[in-house]
Amino acid sequence: MSLLGTSLPGFPDAAPLAGLAGGVLIGLAAAVMLLGAGRIAGVSGIAARAFGISASSLPRAAAWAFVIGLPLGALIVMNLSGAATPDFAGPVPLVIAGLIVGIGTRLGSGCTSGHGVCGMSRLSQRSLVATATFMATGFATVAAMNLLGIEVLS
Amino acid sequence: MIRDMLVSIISGTIFGAGLALGGMTDPARVRGFLDIFGDWDPTLALVMGGAVIVMALAWLMQRRMLRPVFGEGFALPDRSDITLRLVGGSALFGIGWGIAGLCPGPGFAAFAIAPASAAIFVAAMLAGMLLVRLMEGKA
Repeated sequence: MSLLGTSLPGFPDAAPLAGLAGGVLIGLAAAVMLLGAGRIAGVSGIAARAFGISASSLPRAAAWAFVIGLPLGALIVMNLSGAATPDFAGPVPLVIAGLIVGIGTRLGSGCTSGHGVCGMSRLSQRSLVATATFMATGFATVAAMNLLGIEVLS
Repeated sequence: MIRDMLVSIISGTIFGAGLALGGMTDPARVRGFLDIFGDWDPTLALVMGGAVIVMALAWLMQRRMLRPVFGEGFALPDRSDITLRLVGGSALFGIGWGIAGLCPGPGFAAFAIAPASAAIFVAAMLAGMLLVRLMEGKA
C-alpha cells in the first residue's frame, strides 16, 4: 500500500494513486455489469429496484446482490488497508442529506455512478448535464456551509 | 437469473472495493473535493477519471457485441432530452451530496465502515425515493 500512499505536489492531503486505482476498479465494476448483464451500474437505480421503489428489467434478486456487494467490497479494502474509520456526519445532517439525495436521484434519474461514470463515458447529453449540475451544486453547498461555519463531520 | 445475480454481486463487490480504495467512503475526502474555493483535495477527480476511462473502453467493446455475455440483450437508457426534472433533480442530489459527503454507492458501502451512519443515510435516501414515487402517483 506504500505506492498507493504517494502524494501530489501542492496537495498534501490528496491520495492520487489510491484514487486512480479506486476509479479503475469502479470502471471495471461498471464494465462487468454492462458487458456481463447488459445493464448500467447506477447505484441509485439499482437500489430503488432492490427496495421495490421502481420497476426495472433487472431481476430484484440481482439488484439485491449488487447492493450487498458494495459493503462487501468496502470491507475487503478496509481490512487489507487497515485504514482508520473515517468521520461521518451526525444523525440530523445524515437524514437531511439522505432525503435530498433520494429525491434528487429519482427526479434526476441517476447519481455519481449512473450519470457520472456510466453516462459520461458514453457522452450521454443527459448525463453530462446531470453531472455538471450536481457537481456545481455540490461545490456551492460545501462553499456555503463553510462560509456559514457549519461543521457536519465529527 | 443465477447468472444475473452472480454478475451483480461481482460487480457490486468490485464497485464497493473501488469506492473504499478511492476515498469515496470517506466523507471528509468527498467534501474536500467539493471544497474548490477552499482547501481543495483533487483525489476524487482521479477516481472519476479512472472510472470514466475504463468505462469508455467498455462502451467501445459493447458496440461490437450483439448481446451481453450473460443475457439476451442490452437494456440501456436511450433518452437524450434535457428536462427541468433532470436538472432540478441533479441540482438537489448535489446539495445532498455536499451536505454529508455521501452519495448512494458509498452510502451502502459504508455499512462495512460505520453501520449506524450508513443505516440512517440509506433509510432517509430510500424515504426520499419513495416520496418521489408517491407524489407521482405510481404507488
